[in-house]
Amino acid sequence: MSLTPSKIKELELKANDVRQSIIEMLLEAGSGHTAGPLDMADVFTYLYFHALKHNPKNPEWEDRDRLVLSNGHICPLLYATMAHAGYFPVAELKTLRKFGSRLQGHPHRDFLPALETSSGPLGSGLSQAVGMALADRIDHGRTSDKQFYCLVGDGELDEGQNWEAIMLAGKEKIQNLTVIIDRNNIQIDGFTEDIMPLNPLADKWQAFGWHVQEIDGHNFAMIDEAIGDARAVFDKPSVIIANTIASKGVPEFERRFEWHGKPPNKEEAELALKEIRTWRGKIKSEHE
Amino acid sequence: MLNPPQKLNPKLFDKDVEQVPIRNGFGEGLLVAAEADARVVGLCADLTDSTKMNLFKKKFPERFIEMGVAEQNLASVASGMAAMGKIPFITSYAMFSPGRNWEQIRTTICYNDRPVKIAGSHAGISVGPDGGTHQAVEDLALMRIIPRMVVISPCDSVEAKKATELSVKINNPVYIRLAREKTPVMTTLETPFEIGKAQVFFTSKDYDALSVKKGRVGIIATGALVYKALQVARKLDAEGVVIKVLNLATIKPLDTQAIEELAKETGGIVTVEEHQVAGGMGSAVAEHLAQTVPVPIEFIGVQDQFGQSGTPDELLEHYGMGEEDIIEAVKRLLERKGK
Repeated sequence: MSLTPSKIKELELKANDVRQSIIEMLLEAGSGHTAGPLDMADVFTYLYFHALKHNPKNPEWEDRDRLVLSNGHICPLLYATMAHAGYFPVAELKTLRKFGSRLQGHPHRDFLPALETSSGPLGSGLSQAVGMALADRIDHGRTSDKQFYCLVGDGELDEGQNWEAIMLAGKEKIQNLTVIIDRNNIQIDGFTEDIMPLNPLADKWQAFGWHVQEIDGHNFAMIDEAIGDARAVFDKPSVIIANTIASKGVPEFERRFEWHGKPPNKEEAELALKEIRTWRGKIKSEHE
Repeated sequence: MLNPPQKLNPKLFDKDVEQVPIRNGFGEGLLVAAEADARVVGLCADLTDSTKMNLFKKKFPERFIEMGVAEQNLASVASGMAAMGKIPFITSYAMFSPGRNWEQIRTTICYNDRPVKIAGSHAGISVGPDGGTHQAVEDLALMRIIPRMVVISPCDSVEAKKATELSVKINNPVYIRLAREKTPVMTTLETPFEIGKAQVFFTSKDYDALSVKKGRVGIIATGALVYKALQVARKLDAEGVVIKVLNLATIKPLDTQAIEELAKETGGIVTVEEHQVAGGMGSAVAEHLAQTVPVPIEFIGVQDQFGQSGTPDELLEHYGMGEEDIIEAVKRLLERKGK
């Protein structure tokens, strides 16, 4: 069952809200990452507002799906999506990176127990998601309907530990695990293919026994179809390579690796918010 | 004499004292723990037999995961399983877990507050012929500096079994240090054991005589070298040196009360461990006593060096952890106290 046009519009508007929150919270924090949060906003919005079985009012609900964010530095997006989904007040987003805040610079469960994992050091989220799925298999067998999602950055795949986890998940044929890669082609020092080539990325995952799909990470219909397809595969873990435009939504920032790890200043934030609001206007008119 | 309430092995000082690898106790303890608690799962990085996880694997194949030679993944997969309510035990050689996967243990297990139990086998220099690459003499330091981590270094297989079983009962991550070589069995099933509690194993018969107070020495030992500490204590006792030996199995949390008492009673401590002197058990003891009961301390352990191939006894002697080294340390301490 594909997404209706009105659902797509709803998700696009929600992702637009999330992008605005990201800019506002980064400006207030004065440090943090911009590119990844902006470019994964559509995937996160889709997951939290459509795909995930979860309950923001009861984060510890045993039967919830699990979402593990491996590249913890894009947490402004995680926090913004969770706030808009109802886990905590949107106003709290302004406390990002401040002393005593529940919204630590990189996610920490001690401060915000609704998080599935603490993260930041790259390359270990996938292992944890694999562990969660293996534990679930011990309890519920291979027909468990619980879904495990792990979100990773592309540059993060330089970390060897990922490939240990990729091997294990392939060996164990973990069918209810879906990895989504933010393929924005940038990392701190430059473009991924200059720093440490990842291509042929799809072939690599396939060789490790995974079901591989490659999509436009800003197209809700494609995200929806890929997640549906991943769930339908029974004997393999799935990976979705989401091709994204780094800093999507602010043309002045887009595709530039300089925006990986810095926040906007006041003028840049104003420009960004103006661009994102203009985009909002287009979403509204396009669907009318 | 051996402390009667500890109900130690009466044949402890006999030539034919039973000798069992400490890791065997882990294997037996894990099996008992797994039988008692269905949440226990086991993960191993291609060393199932030599880390003694094989007993568990045989009985509970559906709760065992073979990880291949991938220690970083080993630690973090265990964290994920703990997030789903399991109590994972992970095993490899101490050099590789916690040696190679320290950051994964810090972040995905301890920072994440997941009760994963890490068994590091083949720890210490007595691994012998394999050589320096495989001799973990830094692991206690690596583990004790991480918040939430409990660190246990059992002295024999019986204590290792008890420590393994009890580690399931606490909600912390736990590091259990195991040795490969056969080790004299010092304790019995009746010997009291509690995580976080040190035990007095040996007290010279003249210990309470006031006249000898100035000559008292406290030895704090951990792991297999507790046996050598006891041998030394018996020898020196015969020569009129008054000694008390504390078995410090739990290095974190430290039994501060027992350590302070010993320091007050003796006015001088010798620490004995098969580990780098920097950062190990002796350091933990010194950090505490420096702030509470500052007394002279002599440290037996590896002195900022890497190991090499050899028999365990050759290596222990070469690197300054033989009985003679402990005796000399006691004598140095008595001299320092006399000044």
